[in-house]
This record gives sequence, C-alpha cells and structure tokens, in this order.
Amino acid sequence: MRPLRETARRRPRNRLALAAFVVLAVAVLAALLAPVLPILDPDAVDTPNRLKPPGTPGHLLGTDEFGRDMLARLVWGARISLLAGVGAAGASMLIGVLLGLHAGYWGGRVDTIVMRLTDILMAFPYILLAIAIVAGLGPGLTNAMVAIAIVGFPIYARLVRAVVLSLREREFVEAARALGSSDRVILRRHLLPHLLAPVVVAFSLDVGAKILATAGLSFLGLGTQPPTADWGSMLATARTFVILRPHVALLPGLAIFLVVLSLNILGDALQDFLDPRMRHG
Amino acid sequence: MSRYLLRRLLLLAPVLLGVSIVVFLVLHLSPGDPAEIMLGPQATQEDVARLRADLGLDQPLPLQYAHWMAHVLQGDLGRSIRMRQPVLGEVLDRFRATLLLTVTALLLSTVGGITLGVVSAARPHSLVDRLSTVGSIFGASMPSFWLGLVLMVCFSLWLGWLPASGMYGAHGGGGLGDLLSHLTLPAITLAAASMTIIARLTRSTMLDILRQDFVRTARAKGLVERGVVLRHALRNALIPTVTVVGVQAGYLLGGAIFTETVFAWPGVGTLMVQGILARDFPLVQGCVLVIALVFVLFNLAVDLLYAFLDPRIRYE
Repeated sequence: MRPLRETARRRPRNRLALAAFVVLAVAVLAALLAPVLPILDPDAVDTPNRLKPPGTPGHLLGTDEFGRDMLARLVWGARISLLAGVGAAGASMLIGVLLGLHAGYWGGRVDTIVMRLTDILMAFPYILLAIAIVAGLGPGLTNAMVAIAIVGFPIYARLVRAVVLSLREREFVEAARALGSSDRVILRRHLLPHLLAPVVVAFSLDVGAKILATAGLSFLGLGTQPPTADWGSMLATARTFVILRPHVALLPGLAIFLVVLSLNILGDALQDFLDPRMRHG
Repeated sequence: MSRYLLRRLLLLAPVLLGVSIVVFLVLHLSPGDPAEIMLGPQATQEDVARLRADLGLDQPLPLQYAHWMAHVLQGDLGRSIRMRQPVLGEVLDRFRATLLLTVTALLLSTVGGITLGVVSAARPHSLVDRLSTVGSIFGASMPSFWLGLVLMVCFSLWLGWLPASGMYGAHGGGGLGDLLSHLTLPAITLAAASMTIIARLTRSTMLDILRQDFVRTARAKGLVERGVVLRHALRNALIPTVTVVGVQAGYLLGGAIFTETVFAWPGVGTLMVQGILARDFPLVQGCVLVIALVFVLFNLAVDLLYAFLDPRIRYE
C-alpha cells in the first residue's frame, strides 16, 4: 500500500490512540498530583450531606453513603487502582520472564518443571485461583496483588520461552558461544534484548486486565479494605446504594472502564508500532 | 479416537494431581496458624488444639495431604466451620445455581457471538460490523460487575422490567417464568464479554474462509449467498470457534463469582466469598476444588469435541 493511502487509512486509529492517551494521561496525572490538587479530603465524613447527586454545590460529582466527596475519592482511588494494576502486571512479568528465559534456554528438566507448573496454574479459571490464594493469604491489597501476579505469570513465561526457543539455535547465539561468552552473558546481553518488544506489548495489554482483576477482588471485599478509596472497593460499597443513588456505583465503574479501554487501545497501537507485521487489516 | 481419548485421560492425571496440591496448599498459605485464624482471637487454646487435631494440622504436611486426598476420593470434603455441615452437600447444592447461570450465559454468548460474527463477515464494514467491532473493544475493557450494576439500574430501577436480585421472587414465585425473569440480567451480564470475543473470532475466520477456492466454486455453481455462507463457510469456521467457546466456558465459570455477587445469585461463587470472609477454609477448599474439577473436565470435553470435528488433531 502506498504511504499516503496507508496514512489516510490509519488516521482514525491514530486519533483513537491519541484520545486514549489523553484519558490515560489525565488519570495518571490526577493519581500523581492527588495530594496537591484542590480537592476535598477523600475520607472526610459528612453524614448530613450523604448520597448527594452530581452537581451539588461543593461536590461536583456528588457524595457517597458517608457524605465523602466522590471526586476526591475517585482521584485518590486512581492512585491505588493504577498502582495495583501496574504492580501486579510488573510482578507477573518479572516472574514470567525469569522463568521463561531459563526454561527456554536450558531446556530439559528446568523446562519440564516450569511448563508443568504453568500447566497446573492454567488448569484453574484465572480469577478462581487468585481468589483461592487471597483466601489463604488473607484479604488486603498487597495479598490481592501477590495473588494476581502469581496467576498472571504463566502467560509471560510461555511467551518468553517460545521466543527463546526460536532464538537459542540462531547464528548470533552460536557465534557468542564460539567466542567464549558465558551462559549468563548470552542470556543477558544477547537474548534479553530480543524479548523487549514482545514483552512490552504483552505488558501494555496486560496492565488493563490486571486493573480489572484487582478491582474485581476489591469488589468482592478481598482487596483494598475500607475506608481506603479504590475504584473496586468504591463499587463494592456502592452496590447497596445503587437503587437510591446510581451515581455512587456508575462513576467508579466508568473510571475503571475508561482507563482499561484506553490501555487496551494504546496496547494495540503499541503492537502496531513495534511489530508492523501484526497490523490489523 | 479411542487411543486419543485414552491419551487425553492419562494426561488428565498429573493435572488433577497438581490441582489437588494447589487446592490443598490454599489452607497452608496462611502466614499464621490456620486454626487460630479460623477461630478468631476469642478462642481458647483448647479450642485451637481441638480444631488443629480435627483438621489434622498437627501432622507432617505430606501426611496431611495423603489424609485429605483419601477423604476427598471418598467424597468427603470436610465440614464447614461456619455452617457445621458437610461441605460437599452444600457446594453441590449451590453449584446447580452456578451451572444454570454459566450454561445459560454460554448458550447466549455462543449463539449471539456466532450470529454477530457471521452477519459481520457477510457484510463487512456494515453498521452491524462496526457495532460489533466497538462492542468487542468495550467488552474486553468493561468490568462485568459494573455492567451488571448498569443493567440493574436500567432494567430494574428505571424501566422496572426485570427483578434486581435473587433467583426467585419472595412472594408467589418459584415457577419457570419467575426463574427466567431473575436469570435474564445475570446471564446477559456474564455472557457479554464472551459474546464479543466469539463474534470477533467467528468474523475473522469467516472472512478467511469466504476468500477460499471452495467458496468461489460454490458461488460459481450458482448457490445462493445464504447457502454459501451458512452451509459451506460457517461449518468450517465453527472448528476454531469451538476451542474459544471452551476457553470461554472456563472464563464464565470463574467470572460467575462477580455476577453472582452483583445479583445475589445463590451460587457457589457467593458461597466461596462468604467462606473466605468468614475464614471457613474447608468450605473454600471445597468450592475451589469442585469448580476446578468441572473446569478441567470441561476442557477435556472441548478437546474431545475438537478432535471429533477435526480428525487431523487425533493423529498429531
């Protein structure tokens, strides 16, 4: 396809990616700047003003069941929800890359053990295993993140193993070996850089899924504990009041939806950029 | 086919062993003494010692596992601490509700997804195709528990068409109509994301197949387009779809926990969450084990169905 036509065809996709970037930038900036933004205290209880609708003077997005400012809680909740998603995805990625790299490179018994471990973990429905692990460790945000990181690493391990398997017999690895490079040098200097593109793409698509999963655990009461604001736990407490005042449930859910949607769109765009062969038709 | 079946059944053994070890370890992940955690801070030392002995926690770990497995194989999943009843009966009782919800959602997502996929592929870039594309992006990003609340607000609160929670109405309910009206919103909530995934896959497979020579031949013979799409292309497109439907079945079984919580659906998911919050470990173990077993068996059934539909699989 000629470059001009290609650019014209891709323009709507670029606009969508730009919009997703703006949404995500607003969420990240709000999360980072929460302490200095001119918003109310997210934990300040004001019972006479409970369940006020959006647009109430002094409370742009209304208040929750304790009269706490919804805008402030959404902004502070962004810190926890985004951190939980990025943290869980990052931990999954680290464990998965480490195991997949060694399984693919060494093969044999190491490979068998790692692959059987991933088989067993993947024999459970994803969220069920996370819930089971939280059941053992006890409810709480850190434990929820640990659980999600554990159930999430097999995808990275399998991806990295497959890439390493295809690379380890290639000429540049043979050449490095012939020149006397140690296994450690081959793994770190020659193989690891090749994993960057596929792992970054997988990570960018995974952060959204991890935000959904941690929010899900918080929704079940197994993640963030009250009174800490996080989008999942805000939805959980709002469930009781959804009939009275739908905004208390609709707003945190909308925040999760918009951020995850933006992450997925940006992940797709990143995939297009880093691996043009995968470009969507 | 029988050799393939035998091989798949043999491969099931290590997976089941692994699943049982993971489920067993759930109880032992706790940083403290599970008996103390279960009984809470008010429990006396005697109570803790009695529970430790009841659960076999005073024995070495491998012995505990062997003891637990021996009981599990005889259908004894222990007694719920909170309800003081055998776990298996309670879990199976609740599992029927979960199965009803999951199977209904699976049917909805499969029929809806394939229909949407076929219509999108038959008329690419049409309104239905564009809506289906937008739906697939939304489906992957929308928390099912939020979608459930949105549907509840729209159809129960604002329109008043469907009940907001439970499996049967409190007054004069209990019939099939009552059940169906309660089932509608949870099933749609659970099915939504899977439907978009199945629709996208069916669309892309159908588009590939519609470009192939045998389809051109069918058209050249003068067959009507409807026959070409439904009788020739769809049949071939269904093979990869079956695999995705199988994967989605597992996802729905796990995802049902959220839908059950939103709509107070009396399934095994809500039972498990109650068990976790009450630190009722035998109950949690029982729930996880039953769901994981059904999931593994379901995957096996899908693999077998796949091999049946595409004989090349059996001989690989």
